Amino acid sequence: MVSFVVNGKTRSVDAAPDTPLLWVLRDSLHLTGTKFGCGIAQCGACTVHLDGQPVRSCSTPLSAASGKKVTTVEGIGATRAGKAVQAAWIRHDVPQCGYCQSGQIMSASALLAKNRAPTDADIDEAMSGNVCRCGTYNQIRAAIKDAAANVKGA
Amino acid sequence: MIVGAKQVNTSRREFLKSSAMAGGGLIIGFTFPGTTRLAQAAGKEARMSAYLRIAPNNDITVVCGLSEMGQGVHTAIPMLVAEELDADWSRVRVEQAPVDQAFANPIFGMQATGGSTSVRGHWEPMRKAGATARAMLIAAAADTWKADAADCRTEKGMVIHKSGKKLSYGRLAEKAAKLTPPKDVKLKDPAQFNLLGKSGTKRLDTVAKSTGKAKYGLDIYLPGMLTAVIAYPPVPGGKAVSVNDAKAKAVRGVRQVVQIPAGVAVLADGYWAAKLGRDALEIQWDHGANASLSSEGISKTLSAGALAGGAVGRNEGDFKAAKPAKRIEAEYEAPYLAHSCMEPLNCTAWVRKGEVEIWAGTQSQGPAQGILSQVAGVVPAKVKVNTMYLGGGFGRRFAPDPVIGATVLSKITGKPVKLVYSREDDTRGTFYRPASVTRMTGGLDANGGAMLFTASVASPSIMEGSHFMKLPPDGVDEFGVEGIRDCPYDIPNLHVEYSRQEPGGLQVWFWRSVGHSQNSFFLESFIDELAHEAGKDPFEFRRSLLGKQPRYRGALELAAEKADWGKPLPSGVHRGIAVVFSFGSWCAEVAEVSVGPDGTPKVHRVVAAVDCGMTVNPDIVKRQIESAVVYGLTAALYGKITFKDGRVEQSNFHDYRMLRMNEMPKVEVHIVPSREAPGGIGEPGTPPIAPAVANAIFAATGKRIRKLPILG
Repeated sequence: MVSFVVNGKTRSVDAAPDTPLLWVLRDSLHLTGTKFGCGIAQCGACTVHLDGQPVRSCSTPLSAASGKKVTTVEGIGATRAGKAVQAAWIRHDVPQCGYCQSGQIMSASALLAKNRAPTDADIDEAMSGNVCRCGTYNQIRAAIKDAAANVKGA
Repeated sequence: MIVGAKQVNTSRREFLKSSAMAGGGLIIGFTFPGTTRLAQAAGKEARMSAYLRIAPNNDITVVCGLSEMGQGVHTAIPMLVAEELDADWSRVRVEQAPVDQAFANPIFGMQATGGSTSVRGHWEPMRKAGATARAMLIAAAADTWKADAADCRTEKGMVIHKSGKKLSYGRLAEKAAKLTPPKDVKLKDPAQFNLLGKSGTKRLDTVAKSTGKAKYGLDIYLPGMLTAVIAYPPVPGGKAVSVNDAKAKAVRGVRQVVQIPAGVAVLADGYWAAKLGRDALEIQWDHGANASLSSEGISKTLSAGALAGGAVGRNEGDFKAAKPAKRIEAEYEAPYLAHSCMEPLNCTAWVRKGEVEIWAGTQSQGPAQGILSQVAGVVPAKVKVNTMYLGGGFGRRFAPDPVIGATVLSKITGKPVKLVYSREDDTRGTFYRPASVTRMTGGLDANGGAMLFTASVASPSIMEGSHFMKLPPDGVDEFGVEGIRDCPYDIPNLHVEYSRQEPGGLQVWFWRSVGHSQNSFFLESFIDELAHEAGKDPFEFRRSLLGKQPRYRGALELAAEKADWGKPLPSGVHRGIAVVFSFGSWCAEVAEVSVGPDGTPKVHRVVAAVDCGMTVNPDIVKRQIESAVVYGLTAALYGKITFKDGRVEQSNFHDYRMLRMNEMPKVEVHIVPSREAPGGIGEPGTPPIAPAVANAIFAATGKRIRKLPILG
């Protein structure tokens, strides 16, 4: 059994320690907001926060989460940055198919949690690991800047 | 109150029916003549498929038979209803319809989403459903007030009498449900539209998609469900000749290993165990006829086909007799492409006694019902399709392979089965945009006027590959030549041929904008070559040949104007232009590109102009064009599926590259104001981007891109 805290709640799962965290979240805990896109940390759809740091859960073994705090898109609204990001996403009507957006929101929230005034270069650096096949990148950029203004003002 | 219609055939719109909702609402729906007759014979009420429900609490639910894959159809269809209903938009909800012929796409005649047809097909029927409900609500109010219906108007979910009395739709719904729907309701003049064509209406799916709550096919979990992954033949057309599954079965969580036509399936408790089980399989493959298939060989086959020519698709003037003062000739090539939807392909199926239920993000519920009834041996009415959100579609989710695979596995195991494609399976799973080689000749008269254009296209046939279409008697695949056969330029001698070539017998498929995705690159690049040969500006050259094509010219001129065509750019930045008609809309794009010392292009800005007739939601229209630009640009820069020793060389996003945030150009979209009937919008933005960028690269470097991808 491996125990960790997911969105503020302690969970114990009976899975091999090398099972990717993604599949524990999805198949064991049915937290389906975290998405499977590539399985090799190339698309960012599976991004979650591990003790506040963004990680690709498809390439993070369960053992790495043991005793730590995992935040997923289902819980990110409880953080100041996450709340501002989700509100901006909704204001800007960012999602199209929406499948990548959980990961985009998790990467954007991590960026704003440490950088309240990201430049375009900061956004490129933080967000270029997240693929969007619908091409919502310009809306994502606008929403991040909007969210940053709100986090800063909060 | 529920509003629906009896038939999809536009000539039968009079069959709109109404009925009462349990609890006192109004339902407008469609019923079928056939079922009605049967129902009448049985002395029962006709079965009805709901389009629209108005509940006593004023909630308005629009039931949408189309699949939401990002294109915004779950917002556009409700807007069509809400406009004519004069609904309070804040009370409008959308619900995914079940599979039912009542929801057949009027353009396809089957329940399916694709070809940028949704708004075109439903523009009138859905507005009529809304207008019918509105007329019934007014009649109910007039009856309540003992007033003349002509003295009543509607606004934001209320019927309002000239005296100032008001009743909400919810209050009126029960009474309205008892009335007979009027046969011929008058639709609004577009000048009266409050919602349609106006900016500011938000998508109905944004909140679910910004909070992780939206449910896609992969998000289904059923009690007792097994997750399956399949070991597919490494070479398309290959077969497993022997399987040693001992190590696979030893993996914790693996329950079963079964051989099916698609390959060897490992079924387990969850994806990870299934994947580890698959990795542990020992399979001897017979690679079949494609064991030595290579991209070099494919190119040669296609090139020979283009050189030899084929069936005549268009012939005007006399291309053989034409004697141009200057003649140019070129061979162009486009590769196979995978769709790479963000959500890897999947389907969950549960075959129970005499019935099948599936959960899938599918573009083709209607065809799936028929196919699965055969796969599972049940009557079509016993195939239930739960359409989930699609994590991208782009045509790929029109194909039945995941729904067949999951159903076969559920039938064998007797359990609910979620079949999941890994990203590698998805990339290598064929159903590709066909490769094509096209030879073109162009001729100019002594004054630099275009007088000759010929194209000889060689590519696989999507019509035949689709299994629901056939190559027509003239032998010309419409998808093989679309975008080049319909060359709009006023050139007196014009000739197009098509040579069907099927290297490797590879499964080809519809890919966002289909044949236009390569043919518009060929034509719009070659027209640029001809303009250059004539010593003319590429925009002016096109414009001069579009005298009989006002809507082409309108889009072209708007894009050029908004992009400041002809005005100076920062040093090193160059423009390219292209204009394409596809899926009922005209779209022109200007790309601003610089080329680095290593030859790598950087696209700084794209200015698009689209004439798609009247719009439903102009914000979504702009986003769709931008999305289509990114999709086409990704393919133009990086996209290629290649073969070596019969195997697909690409596998995942590290070697099948996607455009990312740091490569994203600025995109501006301008809509040509129009009162014409709506055109499509999901696809028309894709075709012009590859030639616009390639033409800008030529302007920057003098190097003509004749083979995609640009960074090939």
